Amino acid sequence: MSSIVFDEIEKSYGATAVLKKVSLSIADGEFMTLLGPSGCGKSTLLRILAGLELQNAGTVSIGELPVDGIRPKGRDVAMVFQSYALYPHMTVGSNMGLPLRMRRLNAWQRLPVVGRLLPGTHATTRDIAAEVAKTAEALGIGHLLDRKPGQLSGGQRQRVAVGRAMVRHPAVFLMDEPLSNLDAKLRVQMRGEIKELHQRLGVTFVYVTHDQAEAMTLSDRVAVMLDGELLQVAPPQRIYADPDDRRVAEFIGSPKINMLEGIVQEHGRVAVAGATLNSAIGCTAGTAVSVGIRPEALHLDPHAGIESFTGSVRLVEHLGSDLFVHLDLAGQDTRLIARLLAERAPHISIGQTLHLASDPERILFFDANGHRIRRDHETRAASVAQLRELA
Amino acid sequence: MMAEIVPLPRDRATSVPRSDNSGPPLAVRAHRLAEIAVAWALAGPALGLLVALFILPVFAVFAIALTDWQFGASTMSFVRFANFAEVFADPSFRVSLKNTIVYVLIVVPGTIVLGLVIALLIESGKCRAFYRAIHFLPFMATLTAMAIAWEALLHPTIGLLNQALSAIGLPTANWLRDENTVLPVLAVIGIWQNLGFAMVLFLAGLKAIPQDLYDAADIDGADLWLDRLTTVTLPMLGPVMMFVVIVVALKAFEAFDTVQILTQGGPGHASEVLLYTLYRESFQYLRTGYGAAVTIVFLVIVVALTLIQARVMDKRVHYQ
Repeated sequence: MSSIVFDEIEKSYGATAVLKKVSLSIADGEFMTLLGPSGCGKSTLLRILAGLELQNAGTVSIGELPVDGIRPKGRDVAMVFQSYALYPHMTVGSNMGLPLRMRRLNAWQRLPVVGRLLPGTHATTRDIAAEVAKTAEALGIGHLLDRKPGQLSGGQRQRVAVGRAMVRHPAVFLMDEPLSNLDAKLRVQMRGEIKELHQRLGVTFVYVTHDQAEAMTLSDRVAVMLDGELLQVAPPQRIYADPDDRRVAEFIGSPKINMLEGIVQEHGRVAVAGATLNSAIGCTAGTAVSVGIRPEALHLDPHAGIESFTGSVRLVEHLGSDLFVHLDLAGQDTRLIARLLAERAPHISIGQTLHLASDPERILFFDANGHRIRRDHETRAASVAQLRELA
Repeated sequence: MMAEIVPLPRDRATSVPRSDNSGPPLAVRAHRLAEIAVAWALAGPALGLLVALFILPVFAVFAIALTDWQFGASTMSFVRFANFAEVFADPSFRVSLKNTIVYVLIVVPGTIVLGLVIALLIESGKCRAFYRAIHFLPFMATLTAMAIAWEALLHPTIGLLNQALSAIGLPTANWLRDENTVLPVLAVIGIWQNLGFAMVLFLAGLKAIPQDLYDAADIDGADLWLDRLTTVTLPMLGPVMMFVVIVVALKAFEAFDTVQILTQGGPGHASEVLLYTLYRESFQYLRTGYGAAVTIVFLVIVVALTLIQARVMDKRVHYQ
């Protein structure tokens, strides 16, 4: 069992609070991604889990045992670093074998010349070499065992770092932005390999990244962090379509979600940027709300209805199957970005006046504090989904 | 990388169609000449200084070593390798060479080990700037003045060292006048002088080691002091170590000022080192030809050592 529980973790450097009472449970075998912009505390949380840093308050448990006083070596975790942190003076084989040497050979047996003469050293060293070779074969780096890291490409180094983590079969895999030093193409490839690795090993993965594409494609669940707080923990699809917080909605999705400021009117209608939306949210008239519409939720509306936005086209970006249309809203200083299917919007030219409307179900409302205002049936659906995840 | 982006001048020249069979067109040739001129203009001053201050004097010294010239003499004759034969047959030169080697063999390891230990202690403790400064002071100070301070410390009767030793009941010695102690004592002063230099370089080297490597070592289980030292610190200090070894070894080979001020090579020849022999023969006995021969021997040893060190260590410390 290697479930992980963070219980009210606090961490600060001097007066700067980096983690503010973060609580998070990760199930055994789950792929959990900590996602957030740089400086949000996600790496610190990972380092606290690894034992490389100590929290100021709170408890970390691995496999239901608190590990707070235990050094990294004793926590049965392995980590892949952003820089790979390979020992440059050692061959690939020695790099990968080091965790095993440190655990299976005693201090005398590890001595350079004398160690080899001691009983047991030879057999253990041979076993280690065999295991390293096996792991290296599995990762497709068997032919590189005698090279030094300096002679390898970025992707190969990445594999060696993963191999060094894999070789001793840890209960938990920690990965700190492992793909950010690779070029775009290799990143996509390695992403697939990490996903496969997780499926094959079946152990718990905790993955830190600022790249939402990585988080969305790899994870069972994503924990979105900002300014030392956990904003939402949910499966990728829910994080995207059903965010709890305005900041989550804004961080996830590219291009960014359209955020418009509106005022609630009679009968749950919302006046926003020249349109009047039928919101069905139960707020009193006069409340200020933020209206979030994802670019792909917008579609062309041939007849300018009461619920559609009108504006002139400022910019059109063609992406093959889709195109992004930037619209300057009439009488407003906000801009709307719509992602339209290319075949449905064949001739859009700059300066042209367009009407765009959204499916009412796909419009998100947030209150002045950035909290999501859900309609009644959305609240029910969200709690059902949460119950299902817990089960 | 560069070759892919910037075409080499030669490629450019061959890609230009030729108008006749007398070589590349005039414009291309002029361009190439201009490039060569710029290259010489940029390298010229350094090259000129190197030739005037280093290469020509070496040839001059070698030429003098083949003569029996005495400083100030109006005549000299060509004696071929007689001076070199005399150098190698001279027992006092052999003593001097042995002393120098012993001195280097004490100073280099002593400086490296102590410098590293102090750097590690400073790195892990507080008041770094203060300790760094006080350890670096001897390197900055004028050795002549410092040598006089050492002389006072080591004085057989009123010196602090002997007074302290006799106060706690330990045997004393006439440190600089005893042929068994004089060379080790000079070596200790040499270590004291170079320590700060080695330490500052080691501190800079320690700073450059990525924290990630220590973190990885922690996770891999190399988390005890000695394991961290052998897994990360020492290998990562390799290039700095190589530089410090070469520089300290060269400085130790050049030891002269402490010998000149404190012992003048004595007692007997017990503290005579190569550079002191060279000085005495050339400028006290004015046997310039013989001195030049000693200089050539000294130069060959130093250059050979540097080349060997660089070749051997370069392979082991740059992990490419």
